[in-house]
Amino acid sequence: MDMYDNRTTFAADDDGVVVVIGSGAGGGTLANELAQKGVDVVLLEAGGLHTTDEFIADEWPSFSQLAWTDTRTTMGDWRVARDFPNLPAWICKAVGGTTVHWAGASLRIEPHEFRARSTYGDLAGATLRDWPLSADDLASYYDTAEKKLNVTRTNGLPGLPANNNFKVMHAGATRLGYETCHTGRMAINSVNKDGRNHCMQRGFCFQGCRYAAKWSTLYTEIPAALQTGRVELRTRVHVARIDHDDNDRVTGVVYFDADGRERRQAARVAAVAGNSIETPRLLLNSESSRFPNGLANGSDQVGRNYMRHTTGTVWGVFDKPVEMYKGTTMAGIVQDEARHDPKRGFVGGYEMETISLGLPFMAAFFNPGGWGRGFTEAMEQYRHMAGMWLVGEDMPQADNRVTLSSEARDAFGLPVANVHYTDHANDVAMREHAYTRGAAIYEAAGATRTYRTPPYPSTHNLGTCRMSERAADGVCNGHGQSHELANLFISDGSQFTTSAAENPTLTIVTLAIRQADYIAERMRARAI
Amino acid sequence: MSDHAVSRRAFLRAGGAVLTGTLASTSGVLALIAPSTSWALELEALDAHQGATVLQFTRHVFPHDRLDDAVYALVVKDLDAGAAEDPTTRRMLIDAVRRLDEASGGEWLSRSAAEQFVQVQAMEATPFFVKVHSTAVVSLYDNDMAFAHFGYPGRKGDPGYIHRGFNDLHWLPDPPDGASGPVPETA
Ligand SMILES: Cc1cc2nc3c(=O)[nH]c(=O)nc-3n(C[C@H](O)[C@H](O)[C@H](O)COP(=O)(O)OP(=O)(O)OC[C@H]3O[C@@H](n4cnc5c(N)ncnc54)[C@H](O)[C@@H]3O)c2cc1C
Ligand code: SF4
Repeated sequence: MDMYDNRTTFAADDDGVVVVIGSGAGGGTLANELAQKGVDVVLLEAGGLHTTDEFIADEWPSFSQLAWTDTRTTMGDWRVARDFPNLPAWICKAVGGTTVHWAGASLRIEPHEFRARSTYGDLAGATLRDWPLSADDLASYYDTAEKKLNVTRTNGLPGLPANNNFKVMHAGATRLGYETCHTGRMAINSVNKDGRNHCMQRGFCFQGCRYAAKWSTLYTEIPAALQTGRVELRTRVHVARIDHDDNDRVTGVVYFDADGRERRQAARVAAVAGNSIETPRLLLNSESSRFPNGLANGSDQVGRNYMRHTTGTVWGVFDKPVEMYKGTTMAGIVQDEARHDPKRGFVGGYEMETISLGLPFMAAFFNPGGWGRGFTEAMEQYRHMAGMWLVGEDMPQADNRVTLSSEARDAFGLPVANVHYTDHANDVAMREHAYTRGAAIYEAAGATRTYRTPPYPSTHNLGTCRMSERAADGVCNGHGQSHELANLFISDGSQFTTSAAENPTLTIVTLAIRQADYIAERMRARAI
Repeated sequence: MSDHAVSRRAFLRAGGAVLTGTLASTSGVLALIAPSTSWALELEALDAHQGATVLQFTRHVFPHDRLDDAVYALVVKDLDAGAAEDPTTRRMLIDAVRRLDEASGGEWLSRSAAEQFVQVQAMEATPFFVKVHSTAVVSLYDNDMAFAHFGYPGRKGDPGYIHRGFNDLHWLPDPPDGASGPVPETA
């Protein structure tokens, strides 16, 4: 039997199942964790199954194979709206979700970041809140998640060996006096483990890891879930709507199958993990007479507070070759600027992580719309460049939000998501600081020139169904349970109350593990 | 594509024009990977003059002095294919070439590079410029000849660089053990 074969199937009217929507970091993990506890799960994924042998070591073809390219629209001041008006985010549509493309950087959110409002104070224009949970509440779940992902530098696992790109970062950072600089905490096997290879330093992490060295739900959680015989995976099914009854209980989900036929699956519980653009879109498209503004949207918070991290890229050009594309894409990190230190002119902090792009993506993203000698001189330096990505906390704002497009429809006639984003003054100040420090690192390592690249289409999408203590401030509680429908759960980065500085996936996985405990317990107690 | 195959297909296709060139250098990297030193691009929607004009225009948008015309011809190929599919695109390309020539009082192609560039700049906001730019930013940098020119191995990296120099940079000090990690023994 193939590792992806369903060992069980559930009837469309079986209302004992938990329906999980999306098979990425949140949904894939939740499905497996529930199955391990004996809960029956139907896992619905809009994308198709692409196994490691199908991955393509070529950026554009790989993007076409795995990324979400269905139309979305954009608004707001961010440059992405001008350069990539129909591609606000870089997200996968495939079994495994964006864990197929992700780089693997796995950092815990710091204790003070869970208390963002208390720590940073009241910032004009920002809708900062404290999370309804603390670092202590998550500590043991973070431990479990780090073990699950084989995160390097945890549980006795060695760090990954330094590649060329990281050597440049380390030399510069050390000369500037930065102290926390190493090859990162990565969800990439540094040794052979769990039947998966160690990293072979391919450098195509963003195109899917052929060696399965990098953790992805595609070849970890999902086969493990199927193995239990309690999970049915349905691929190429697009969930259009979630139904409920008069007692505000979810009763099932309506979806379009691969042939475009409308189907319904009954549900005891529904968990939405479509990533922070599709999750609010689905709730908004599920409006009803009881929920005229969208399901679970009595607070009017569904879709609001969209966060994408304050990001940017710095490239350093050197006399001698670097060949940054050789080896892990995120090959190392400087963490000294991740602290909260308002003396720098902004609240929150940022991480500096190496990045590399292949030549095709370099041309597309280096300076979108750029042309002429300035552009081509930079491209000519490709082999001599080192790269780092800056990723920091961005401020939640009520009007940075996902709404339904009033015009654009998808293949099923459903309104598509419109993503509106404008930087907060804090984001602008942080990005400027980060660009300057990033350039300083490369200059300290001997760069003859540095370049700034603006933020890419969002790879981190957060906050659109945020957790909150009070129902009026958000969409779900600290377990991701909707404030309004007890058997509706938010199971992805949409739950984040604030973005924190760290790459989000380790926390998404951690929350999913914790949520599975909670759902199983509530089901046993017959509370849902 | 051999010259023979090209000429035969050009012959069979009534009205099809052919854009041809010879690799500027027969000793460079391109010569190693190109099937032949002369190249020919069969055009479907544009004539040879239009094709040559669009090629030169692209050279101004993305000027890489030592990047061979054979690579820029790939951009023309994609634009031409777009024009063959869509009459609006075809009209836009043909009109733009005509306007360039008119503004030059003859052939824009026969003007000096500096004079040509003035026209290119003047067209920056036009749909034609945007079309050339958005096509070229993909086609020009997403092919084996460009990979060879810029020094990017592309698919050749698929097996991994663990035995092929992922850490071969020696002009800076190596990070200490704590900052790095061991190369796996099984590698
Ligand atoms: C290039 C890149 C690099 C990254 N690197 C890092 C990193 O180093 N560290 C880090 O922490 N994070 C990284 N990320 C981000 C990380 O991938 C995401 O945070 C994470 O995958 C989000 O998990 P998720 O469960 O919210 O959504 P996803 O993993 O995106 O999964 C959502 C799934 O839901 C499916 N879906 C959506 N709508 C529907 C619907 N209506 N019906 C059915 N299915 C649906 C989608 O097809 C998709 O498969 C990176 C992302 C990218 C693109
Ligand atoms: S560098 Fe390592 S993690 Fe990335 S694709 Fe290659 S083997 Fe996988």
